[in-house]
Amino acid sequence: MDNTEKIKFVIDDKVCYAEPGQTILEAAKSNGVYIPSLCYIEGVKPPGSCRICNVRVNNRNLIACTTPVAEGMIIDNDIPELNELRKAIVEMLFVSGNHFCPGCEKSGNCELQALAYRFQMMVPRFPYEFPEKGVNATSKYIFHDRNRCIMCKRCIGKVMKDEKHVFAYNSRGGEHLHVVMDEELASQLTEEEATEAMDICPVGAILKKERGYYSPIGHRKYDKESIGSDIEKK
Amino acid sequence: MKEKVQNIVKKFHNDRSRLMDILLDIQKDFNCIPDEAASIVATLLNMSKVDVNQTISFYHFFSKEPVGTYAVYLNNSAVACMMGREEVARAFEEEVGTSFNSVTEDGLIGLWDTSDIGMNDQEPAAIINGIVFTNLTPTRVKEIVIGFREGKDISEMVDKYGDGQNSNELIRSMVNNNIRKKGPVLFSEYEVGMAIRNVANYSPEQTIEIIKNSNIRGRGGAGFPAGLKWEFCCKSGGEEIYLVCNADEGEPGTFKERVILTELPMLLFEGMIIAGYALNAKEGILYLRYEYKYIKDYLEDVLQQLRNLNLLGNNIAGKGGFNFDIRIQLGAGAYVCGEESGLIESMEGKRGEPRNRPPFPVQKGYKNMPTVINNVETLSSVVKIILNSPEWFKAMGTKESAGTKLLSISGDCKHPGIYEIEWGMTINEMLEMVGASSVQAVQVGGPSGVCIDPSQFARSISFEDLPTGGAMIVIGENRDLLKEFVMNYTDFFIEESCGSCGPCRSLTVILRNKLQKIMDGKGVKADIDELYEWGNYMKQVNRCGLGQTAANPILTTIENFRPLYDSLIKTDDDFVSTFNMEKAVADSCKYVGRVPKL
Repeated sequence: MDNTEKIKFVIDDKVCYAEPGQTILEAAKSNGVYIPSLCYIEGVKPPGSCRICNVRVNNRNLIACTTPVAEGMIIDNDIPELNELRKAIVEMLFVSGNHFCPGCEKSGNCELQALAYRFQMMVPRFPYEFPEKGVNATSKYIFHDRNRCIMCKRCIGKVMKDEKHVFAYNSRGGEHLHVVMDEELASQLTEEEATEAMDICPVGAILKKERGYYSPIGHRKYDKESIGSDIEKK
Repeated sequence: MKEKVQNIVKKFHNDRSRLMDILLDIQKDFNCIPDEAASIVATLLNMSKVDVNQTISFYHFFSKEPVGTYAVYLNNSAVACMMGREEVARAFEEEVGTSFNSVTEDGLIGLWDTSDIGMNDQEPAAIINGIVFTNLTPTRVKEIVIGFREGKDISEMVDKYGDGQNSNELIRSMVNNNIRKKGPVLFSEYEVGMAIRNVANYSPEQTIEIIKNSNIRGRGGAGFPAGLKWEFCCKSGGEEIYLVCNADEGEPGTFKERVILTELPMLLFEGMIIAGYALNAKEGILYLRYEYKYIKDYLEDVLQQLRNLNLLGNNIAGKGGFNFDIRIQLGAGAYVCGEESGLIESMEGKRGEPRNRPPFPVQKGYKNMPTVINNVETLSSVVKIILNSPEWFKAMGTKESAGTKLLSISGDCKHPGIYEIEWGMTINEMLEMVGASSVQAVQVGGPSGVCIDPSQFARSISFEDLPTGGAMIVIGENRDLLKEFVMNYTDFFIEESCGSCGPCRSLTVILRNKLQKIMDGKGVKADIDELYEWGNYMKQVNRCGLGQTAANPILTTIENFRPLYDSLIKTDDDFVSTFNMEKAVADSCKYVGRVPKL
């Protein structure tokens, strides 16, 4: 398909082309433009829950992972106003959980931590809440630590066993919503499936048991280059 | 238990999308949804147990633990508190011997807080085993609790019935309608069935054209032109089209739908049938909030009457192919289900989390088919537009806001109740109408709307100036605006947020804590500025109307009542350390048995 059949749009002053049906996030990615996001993963209907990928079209904030790109769209993405808003969201996630990076197995591979570095977060503007959250270690291969969970829904959408959801939301609202693991199903996951679940989690809420510090801190994905730089290099 | 649960699941054809109905039946039969029952449901529907539990735990009126043989759900919204809710709550706690949100040891009585139940004109009010008790007083509470101990049937404890159809044998409720002003659209006399017979002579397109020409906009609050919505839906081209009537009015302060459902259900259903015809829909669904379950049997009876009149069912009004029927879907207690896509999720048996848009419900709604969701008041008004004319309708109201509006007015006024007014009435005129004086503020459109001060009382109730879904709360000058309203409403949003958007989940709590800091006298000017700045994040990034407006109680009072905030802060400090060293080390001092030199 040449560019005449494609959708033409502009993002951060760059003229881009997209396949019909692509979302703004996917289209930007294939044009080498990184839109920060946390809940989006390829191949799963985007939950649109983290709200970090919001971009601006015609003075309106739209969520890039759920909105299809349209012909002639002019999109603002990497602008100070939006980056400040995204940084604020990252900070919110830090204060409403218990994220102690130095002691976390996911450090260096954690997308929340990587975004915090990208946005140059120093100290969150919001007061820490230090909420009490539980852990669940009943499954053979998975350690589920809710202290680090950002409730992005990735595991809910993606981790399945016999076509059933292994993870789900429980309760609702600002103070009670949390993610729970189905103990029966989780105990049936194979070692490979458990590793996959850990990789799906953007933070260190789902950990594979017996795999601590497999690669040393300092040599991990985001230790070497900032999140999104792989897309921007293309 | 197994057999009972199996039968319930079977009754709904092992259909996962009917999970709400399955759970409602189980909750009714067992007074809770026991863990074992959830397991059986999960197995039968081929779901994981956490998946079933995520629906159960979303809804306020579902519970995994027994809620008490007598379960008291006492409204804790702002107007209930204004009318003496705290004294009533204390009386319950004293008489029952347990605190709120717990059950007595013998399991006889449970006391529960609950968000607004649509009775603001007769608060304090509670729902006890599905029956509404209004105008509660500590004395009345004593009598009620004695009744519990005597093992009385709850319906026997209703000592008098309310006005109008509330005394109908299928309702038998003490709720009062409090209709104070009947207007020309909703409350005018009409002949049942005439509008349906009229549209049967038009084509669906002509019907849509009439509604479009009337300029009627959605009455739920958002104000989208109804005719345009119908047209968009028809153009979406799905195999099936669904019509849904949103009767999930959960906005604290609104109760107009309660009155329409009680007094004008025929009118509403006729509106649904007309919409069904215009959309070529075969099925209409009335999503009824759980709090109004007491009207359900009566509504079912009205539907049967319509079937008997050949106004519902097959070949309606004798017109071949005009087939349409209506079923009632009960909710289970969640404000966010009033948001149309949250409502669809709920109808599909899921958590009522609003969907990402696009696609819009008119493109992909219920069961992924084009779906129109209209408010109760909108659909009821449609009948009168058909019977009169679009011009007749447009002649009322203002340029952008045609017709009349039902207002639910409560708070510090002599005559709380329902008023059908023409759009364009000013707040001053409204206050005079309801007998209110010495007014500090009016909460227009409920907590998600705006809180305005007296300098704005000349503004008009209309889409071009002060839009409202109908909830109007009058706040007298002696009220503590921040504590009684702003804090109450912020807590309400924390409780009712579905939580799936990070900013809505986290910021509602962060804002509440910041507001508390200011109210505790520990705030500085920067705290007010931050409260305002952070509140505005909510508007920009959240998915649904709840999230986008959840900071409105804070934002609009900072805009309109800034001196109230200023009076609470320390003006001579740039920052205040809330850190208290003595308090922070108190626990460790206790263990080590000595105090540090501070």
